[in-house]
Amino acid sequence: MELAVFSVFALLAVVSAAVVVLHRNPVYSVMSLVVTLISLAALFVMLGAPLIAALLVLVYTGAILVLFLFVIMLLNVGREEPATGGAAQKWVAVASALMFGTILGTLLWGRHFGLASGPLDAEYARPLPLARVLLSEYLLPFEMVGLLLLAAVIAATVLARRSEPGGEPDGGGTAEGGR
Amino acid sequence: MSVPVAGYFVLAAALFAIGTLGALTRRNGITIFLSIELMLSSVNLALIAYSRVLAEAGYALEAALRGQVIVFFVIAIAAAEAAVGLALFIAIYRNRQTIDVNRLNLMRW
Amino acid sequence: MTFALLATLAKMGVWLAVLLQVTPIMVWVERRGSALIQDRLGPNRVGPLGLFQSLADAAKFFFKEDVIPHEVDRFLYLLAPLLAVVPALTTFVVIPFGPEIEVAGRSVPLLVADVDSGVLLLLALASLGVYSLVMAGYSSNNKYSLLGSVRASAQMISYELALTLSVVSVLVPVGSLRLDRVVEYQQQAEWLGFLPGFNIFPQILGFLVFLIAAFAETNRLPFDLPEAESELVAGYHTEYSSMKFALFFMGEYMSMATLSALGATLYLGGWYLPGLDYSGHWAWTAGLGLGVLLAKVALFLLFFVWVRWTFPRFRFDQLLRLGWKVLLPLALVNFVLVAAMTVAGWL
Repeated sequence: MELAVFSVFALLAVVSAAVVVLHRNPVYSVMSLVVTLISLAALFVMLGAPLIAALLVLVYTGAILVLFLFVIMLLNVGREEPATGGAAQKWVAVASALMFGTILGTLLWGRHFGLASGPLDAEYARPLPLARVLLSEYLLPFEMVGLLLLAAVIAATVLARRSEPGGEPDGGGTAEGGR
Repeated sequence: MSVPVAGYFVLAAALFAIGTLGALTRRNGITIFLSIELMLSSVNLALIAYSRVLAEAGYALEAALRGQVIVFFVIAIAAAEAAVGLALFIAIYRNRQTIDVNRLNLMRW
Repeated sequence: MTFALLATLAKMGVWLAVLLQVTPIMVWVERRGSALIQDRLGPNRVGPLGLFQSLADAAKFFFKEDVIPHEVDRFLYLLAPLLAVVPALTTFVVIPFGPEIEVAGRSVPLLVADVDSGVLLLLALASLGVYSLVMAGYSSNNKYSLLGSVRASAQMISYELALTLSVVSVLVPVGSLRLDRVVEYQQQAEWLGFLPGFNIFPQILGFLVFLIAAFAETNRLPFDLPEAESELVAGYHTEYSSMKFALFFMGEYMSMATLSALGATLYLGGWYLPGLDYSGHWAWTAGLGLGVLLAKVALFLLFFVWVRWTFPRFRFDQLLRLGWKVLLPLALVNFVLVAAMTVAGWL
C-alpha cells in the first residue's frame, strides 16, 4: 500500500520533472514544476515531515513559482528555439547528468539504510519539536535568514526598477514592474 | 509493504540528474533557473529522507530533525535567490532585450 | 482501519453536500440581497420568491454553447476552471464541525483531516488558487484577460500575507496549529464576565485585518477590479462560457464559504455556542455543531453580499497600497500585541 503510493508520486515527480526540462514553452515548465513540487510534498508527508511539506507548497509553489510566472509574462518569453550547441552539447549534457545521478545514487544507496517503516513515530511528525529546535538551537540562522530575505527584497526592488532620468522613482515593488 | 529509504534517495538522484540536464541544455535563462530549483528540491528530498533515517536509527529528536531544519532554511534561501535572480533577469532584459543565454555573451573571450 | 476510512468518507460526504449547495443558495441571496439594497425587486418569477432562479441558471449554463476561442492555449485554457474549484473544495478538510463524538464505541473527531499542521495545510491549499487566475488570463489570448489575471494574482498574493499573519496571531495563545484546539480554547475563555470566549473580542484588530484580507482574497467588491465589468470586460474569465464560467463562479463562492468558515472557526468559536447542549446522541451533536457553524458562515456570507452592494471599488494601485502599506503593518502590530498579551498571561 505504501509502496503503491510512493510509486505513484515518484513517477509523477519524475515525469513532470522531465516536462520541466524538456518543454519548449516556459509557462508549461513552471506548471510542471508545480506538479513536481506537490508530489515532493506528498513524499515529504510520507517521510514524516508534514510541516515542511505544507511550507513547501505554501512558500515554493504558492509564492516563488507565481513570481516566476509573473516574470515570464512580463518579459513575454515565448516558445524557445532549439539549442545551437548541436549534438555535442546534448551528449555532454546527458553524460554529465548521468554521471551526477549515478554518483549520487551509488553514494546514497550503498549505505543500506534499511526500511523506512510505515506508521510514523508520533512525536517526530509534530510541528512542536521542529519549532523548538528552530527557535533554540538555530535561532541565529533563523534571524539571519530573516535579514537575508530583507536584503533580497531590497535588492530585487532596486534591480527591477526603471531608472528614470527624471529622478522620481515609480511605484516600484509590484511584480508588474510598477506600471 | 514498506518503502526502502534507498528508494527516496534514488528518486532524489534522478531528479538531480534531470535538473542538471535542463540546466546544461536549455537556452532560456528562466528555464535554466527552473532546472536549478528542481535540483534544490531533489536535495531537499534527500535531506528529509536522511532526517527520517536518523530518527529511526535512534538519535535524539533534536539531532534527527536537523535535516528538516536544513530544508527549512533551503526553502527560505531559495525564495531569496529566486527574487533576486528574477530581478536580475528583468534588468538584463531591459538592457539586452533578450534572456537567451547564447546571446548574453558580452564577457566571452 | 475500515472504520476510520468509512468515517472519513462520511465526513467528506457531509462537507461535499454542504459545499455544493453554497453556490445555488448564494446566487439567490446575492440577487435578492442586491435588489433589496438597490430598492428593486430582484428575481421573483421562478418559483416562490424566485427561489428556483438558481435552478434556472444552472440549466442555462448546461445548455449554453461551449465556445473555445481560436488561438487559445488549449490545455491551460481547459485546466484553469478546474484549478479554480479544486483548492476551494479541498481546503475544508481541516475545519471542525463538532466535538469528538462516540460512534459504535470508537471516538471520531469531526475533522476530515486530523493532522497536527491543520491551519498550515489550509493556507497551503488556498495559496494554490492563484494558478487558476494566472492560467485563465495567460491562455485566453486576450489582453483584457491577461491584465485582469495579472492584477488578480498580484492582489491575491499580496493579501495572503496579511491573512496568514492574522491567522497566526489567533494561534499564538492557543499554542497549536489545529483548528479543533482553537475551538476548544474559545470554549474556556470568557471576556468581561458576560461575553462568550470568542477570539473576536480580544483580537478585534486581527479580525478586521482578516475580514478585509478575505474580501481581497476572493476578489469581492470593494476589491474586485480584476473582474470588474466596466473596467476589463470580465477580467480573467472573459473568454470562458457556459460550464467553464460556471466553474469559476462556483470556485469564487466556495472560496468565500471557506474563508468564512475559517473566520468563524478562528474568531467566532466555530461549532461552539455557549449555552447549547452538545451531549447526547452522536448524530445530534454532529448536526448541532454543523448547524451552528453554518449559521456563522451564513452571517459572514451575508456580510460579503452587503458590502458588495454598498461600496465602490478600489483602484488597483490603491488596492495594492492598502494591502502592503496598511494591512500588513496592522497585522504585524496585532501579532506583537497578541504575543505580548499571551506572555503577560491575559490570553
